[in-house]
Amino acid sequence: MQYAISILLSGVSLGGQYALIAIGYTMVYGILRLINFAHGDVFMVAGLMMVYLTASLPLAASIPLVLVLTVLLGFVIERAAYKPLREAPRMSVMISAIGVSYLLQNLATYITGGLPQMYPEIPGISKTITVAGVSTKWVTVITPVLVLALVLALTQLIHHTKVGMAMRAVARDFETAQLMGIKINAVISVTFVIGSFLAAVGSVLYFTNYQSIVPLSGSLPGLRAFVAAVFGGIGSIPGAVVGAFIIGLSESVIKGSSWSIFSDAFTFALLIIILVVKPTGLFGEKVTDKV
Amino acid sequence: MSENVLKVENVTMQFGGVVAVDNLNLEVNKGEIVALIGPNGAGKTTAFNVITGVYQPTNGAVWFQGEKIVENHPQGKMRQQYKGEHAGDYTQVLAPTPDKVTRLGMARTFQNIRLWKSQTVFDNVLIAKHCRAASNVFTATFRLNRKEEAAQRENVLELLETVGLADVRNEPAASLPYGKQRRLEIARALAAEPKLLLLDEPAAGMNPQETEELTAFISEIRGRFHLTVFLIEHHMNLVMNISERIYVLDFGKLIAQGDPAAIQNDKRVIEAYLGVSGDA
Amino acid sequence: MKKTINKQTWGTLLWAAALLALVVILENVLDPNKNIMVFAALKKGAVYALVAVSMNLLNGFTGLFSLGQAGFMLLGAYTYAILTIPTAQRDAVYYIYNGSAVNFSLPELFGGGALGLVLGVVLALILGGCVAAAVAWLIGLPVLRLKSDYLAIATLGFGEIIRAVFQWDKLGPVTNGANALKNFPTFSNFNIQNANGETVLRLSTFTAFLLAGICVAVIVLLINSTYGRAFKAIRDDEVAAEAMGINLSRHKRLAFCISSFFAGVGGGMFAMFANQAQAKTFTTAMTYEILLIVVIGGIGSVSGSCIAAFLYVAASEWWLRFLDAETFIGGFKVPLLRNGFRMVVFSVVIMIVVLFFRTGIMGDKELPDLLKKRRKEGTK
Repeated sequence: MQYAISILLSGVSLGGQYALIAIGYTMVYGILRLINFAHGDVFMVAGLMMVYLTASLPLAASIPLVLVLTVLLGFVIERAAYKPLREAPRMSVMISAIGVSYLLQNLATYITGGLPQMYPEIPGISKTITVAGVSTKWVTVITPVLVLALVLALTQLIHHTKVGMAMRAVARDFETAQLMGIKINAVISVTFVIGSFLAAVGSVLYFTNYQSIVPLSGSLPGLRAFVAAVFGGIGSIPGAVVGAFIIGLSESVIKGSSWSIFSDAFTFALLIIILVVKPTGLFGEKVTDKV
Repeated sequence: MSENVLKVENVTMQFGGVVAVDNLNLEVNKGEIVALIGPNGAGKTTAFNVITGVYQPTNGAVWFQGEKIVENHPQGKMRQQYKGEHAGDYTQVLAPTPDKVTRLGMARTFQNIRLWKSQTVFDNVLIAKHCRAASNVFTATFRLNRKEEAAQRENVLELLETVGLADVRNEPAASLPYGKQRRLEIARALAAEPKLLLLDEPAAGMNPQETEELTAFISEIRGRFHLTVFLIEHHMNLVMNISERIYVLDFGKLIAQGDPAAIQNDKRVIEAYLGVSGDA
Repeated sequence: MKKTINKQTWGTLLWAAALLALVVILENVLDPNKNIMVFAALKKGAVYALVAVSMNLLNGFTGLFSLGQAGFMLLGAYTYAILTIPTAQRDAVYYIYNGSAVNFSLPELFGGGALGLVLGVVLALILGGCVAAAVAWLIGLPVLRLKSDYLAIATLGFGEIIRAVFQWDKLGPVTNGANALKNFPTFSNFNIQNANGETVLRLSTFTAFLLAGICVAVIVLLINSTYGRAFKAIRDDEVAAEAMGINLSRHKRLAFCISSFFAGVGGGMFAMFANQAQAKTFTTAMTYEILLIVVIGGIGSVSGSCIAAFLYVAASEWWLRFLDAETFIGGFKVPLLRNGFRMVVFSVVIMIVVLFFRTGIMGDKELPDLLKKRRKEGTK
């Protein structure tokens, strides 16, 4: 029983962390039809920034600074690597995204010297508490609450503000939105800013559970979060959140069983099955090609 | 009695609750040129897509050269949603993919030209010969099909000469002027060696002179390649000049059929086109 | 017209023969111990050229964006290794699992010696390709119905699954679990030795070039055949291709299986190059590397992929090595130079290519086309 609770707790917490990353994927895909392969690495860079900033700054200053810098990174990546390719075929943009991912990983390897970096302890969320007889970290409990709050705020933003309306319009029809006078570049930047912000928050929560961080730390959580976004129906924010919780829970269940080396394989098998059986995911919309 | 090449039987095509083609029945006889006309959105291209296997009809059947090639009946959710007739008449499901229909001997062109733009004119036509090639991937790779390949190339060159595109055969298809692109699309369809040629608005976007040339061209290839032609068209000049029989579609329903003279004087056709019945 | 085609074929063959001869001469004139980097780069370049061309067949010529290349290479590498490790070495390689479940070795089945080695290695490589192709056929059934980026992510996922499966310790007696397979014949086994064990003729780089060259030649023949034209038609306009009688699922599957076959052969050759086969080397990063080679060379250009493969490998393994070494000029330490800097410079170069030279080195042209054009302009 206790074992089940502890699995459940870590699954929910992991799911919340994936949800924060998955939203970034799903929003970018919704608007640009681009799988932003670099998103997982942005998440990793946020973690590394935390390591380096806390070395010289107090925690209260470094957390906001990490958020700001990650947002800036997301913004710069979009402007430098994706905006010049707006008119190019989709494949070029995707390759550019892969290139950015490669660059971030290599840059991180260079700066860290390829050595794992100790992730700082964050008082408050690193502390242990006991829930229903199971001892766990505060972060496990905080994550789902924080995720729900952020998602609610995000849905408010999307449904009740002018920027949100513009985002919905651009996601619906890129060209028409442009013709209607929506500044699509601004909207796209906002999307990347939001995505990176959430990834930075997710990174603080995620890496607290781990001892250290390496340049490849972002790629697997990134891919899992992407699978979550596809599972929920890419382009849909509630879908990404639900998908992320399902992926987080199933990962935690498999990691707790004797099949643990197959946890990633399972995630991808799940992805292939969804894509084949219901390519639009749980909440996605159907798109048809016209002859 | 002339044998029919194409027979569309009680075909209904419904997208969700919208009926695009409603209980369509038509026949195209061997050697004929038959036109399908109707206002925009009447369901003409949808009918073409059903015939060529792009869409699976909701109900009904399509016969080609005496053989049933397409058949369907409402299934699943559609059983409640179905608004057409003859729901109980069909039990089989036959849904060939478009490539199979083409290999049976039916080739088409598209309303919005769909050439392989980066390929040369020659290759565009040569690729259409692929479906008639007997070689498998092994013999083709190791050049054990030299004879067939040479015959295909010769055949394509002949075809290009016939349609008057031999001089531009090494140009990329996208560089051709619009009228020639249309012609190339027809040549490409001919290369697939069809018995029945389906033309979806072949004169769209053409000026009167080009349309006239096209009219002559269609009659010419019909004779030369012993074709049956079924076409969708808006240019009434072309339609009235070359078609032997005309079917008129409006809101998915067949409202008239007959020879050009009869269609020109049909009250319902005039209404459908001019909208006399009050819906402006 | 026919004559010019023949002339061109002979010309290409002549060039290929000259290149191979040059490789043999280089290999036997230069001291291999002093030029380790050069020959490593040449061998790896040949292997990567083959794998990049196989990926180009899919991404550039058929328009299927697949990221499963490393997975198929893994299948080829393991098949090759499992079939060729000498029986006497098996206990040493599989020491954790108390010996191997497979207890024969193809070169030995063919009677050993030089002939056995050649036949065994070639057959093992082909079988490696066949295993990759068979797996490709299986996963192609569901996956090839997906559109562009979904296909990419599904094949990427497939690569990860394969990697996990091959590291599973229950399969240990066959795959050696997470440990490397080694002691199988490598390119250096093709160096000819005299009775005293001295090397008289070095053919290791030549072997890599010959094998890769034959495979690339077959792919080129395929691309220029009626099937290759059908692939290009699917790339340019799927709907039109289907309307002109090209069976989409059959041709896509064909392209996918053939591409995987050659990726599998390339994987086997990679194992020969690396002297070992281990699942953890065939990562997504490897697929990305190959994709970037394809992009740098030009999507849809075979010669571009080959040139880019050698440039990429030479740059990363050889020319840019100095970037990784801390260097002092006099008492002054050159800034930035230390471990990892090479890859940073490298990824920046790649981003520049991706952003500003989108057509790559060759665009979708081939080397002979460009030379012909040059000559034509010269005569004008």
